[in-house]
Amino acid sequence: MSLVALSRKKSPWLLHFETGGCNGCAIEVWACLTPVYDVERFGMVNTGNPKHADVLIVTGCVNARSGRVLRNLYSQMPEPKVVIAVGVCACTGGIFHDSYNLAPGADRAIPVDIYIPNCAARPEAIIDSVLHAVDLLEEKGRSYDARRS
Amino acid sequence: MGCACGDRPTSLDVGGSAVSVTAGFWLMVLGIVVAPLVGGLLTGLERKVIARFQGRQGPPLVQAFYDLIKLWQKQPRAVNRIQVVYAYAHLFFMIVSLLALLLGQDLLMILFIFSFASVALILGGLSVDSPYSRIGSQREIVQLLVYEPILILMVIAFYKVTGSFMARAAWGLGQPLIYQIPLVLVAFLSVFIIKLRKSPFDLATQLHEPHQELVKGIITEYSGPHLALIELASWYEMVFLLGLVALFWSTSWIGALILAAVFFSLLTLIDNVTPRATYAWMVKFVWKVGLGLAVVNVTCLYLG
Ligand code: SF4
Repeated sequence: MSLVALSRKKSPWLLHFETGGCNGCAIEVWACLTPVYDVERFGMVNTGNPKHADVLIVTGCVNARSGRVLRNLYSQMPEPKVVIAVGVCACTGGIFHDSYNLAPGADRAIPVDIYIPNCAARPEAIIDSVLHAVDLLEEKGRSYDARRS
Repeated sequence: MGCACGDRPTSLDVGGSAVSVTAGFWLMVLGIVVAPLVGGLLTGLERKVIARFQGRQGPPLVQAFYDLIKLWQKQPRAVNRIQVVYAYAHLFFMIVSLLALLLGQDLLMILFIFSFASVALILGGLSVDSPYSRIGSQREIVQLLVYEPILILMVIAFYKVTGSFMARAAWGLGQPLIYQIPLVLVAFLSVFIIKLRKSPFDLATQLHEPHQELVKGIITEYSGPHLALIELASWYEMVFLLGLVALFWSTSWIGALILAAVFFSLLTLIDNVTPRATYAWMVKFVWKVGLGLAVVNVTCLYLG
């Protein structure tokens, strides 16, 4: 594996956006950063800044207002980037699916690569999804390089 | 303060001799190639130590290099062109100040170049519309204001002891500078913490920490390769500041290394046990304690 590919895999910087669920999944995302799960050992850093992020983690159900913000954040992230929908709310709308103001899933607002349909998603599942995301990141990175050259 | 400088020569160019052309060439190679490797490893080590402090395993030691290469390969997306120019200027002046120190050049000039590196970062932060970036830049300006007098006093104390502004004058000293200007070294610790953006003075930005009240402060609007430039500059900066520390024990390699190691450990320790200060507290504290110590030391030098 080339050094670039290795680096892409070893350094996924996260951006977490809570679009407005019950916050259960958001808490689980934060739990990943605690000493118990310690995602920093995989090189993950919670950046809180779309311009620095590689992986966008969406939790909660998307409505008209938060969808606008979500699209904005997504468009500010530089290529290559991966989106993970964490929790059944972000995947399909979950228990709120028939609410009048909701989009059934974050993929109505932005392209989503990985889904974790749990309510609430366990930290193990979140870490697992990010480790899948780094492979995808590397793949997208290669196609991005090909497009660029 | 016994005066070891009774028979101090008056010429500006005293102490250690100027480096030869070949030695200069190798020193420059060392500065440009080896310094970032050391800086990157130290950054990795620091993150590892912080993780261990918190009972975590932490990232691998070479994590900083992974981050840099990844950032370099990301899509370049600048808000405006001038922002990119300032990122390059920041890196360039940081490298030049490190090289000038390695070659034992004029300390006043080195400080001037070093400040220009900071100013380039500030201008880059101010060149965009983001309020986070602008507040971060304003905090960086306050920090510049706070530590600059201490650095100037350090150079004055250096001149008083060695009789020269040239950094290489320190190499020819009989006894380490730390014996005569210990308080200046203590004051320099605050500059060290401010410049490396560690708690309690991590006001303007922090590269690897999840503080988000200003998003990422001064570097909010930098992304991809341009952020990589700033990250790389921060490695050179760390080596440059450790070099300034080593100047205080320039008579032996071991002493210099020990002093640098002590400063690095203190930096990590203080970073972990202190909460972040407000900028007003920082101004008060650093000017009262840091500047106070430096002034006392310089006054003693003049009286002694
Ligand atoms: S998926 Fe469940 S836990 Fe997560 S935000 Fe929705 S309702 Fe809350």
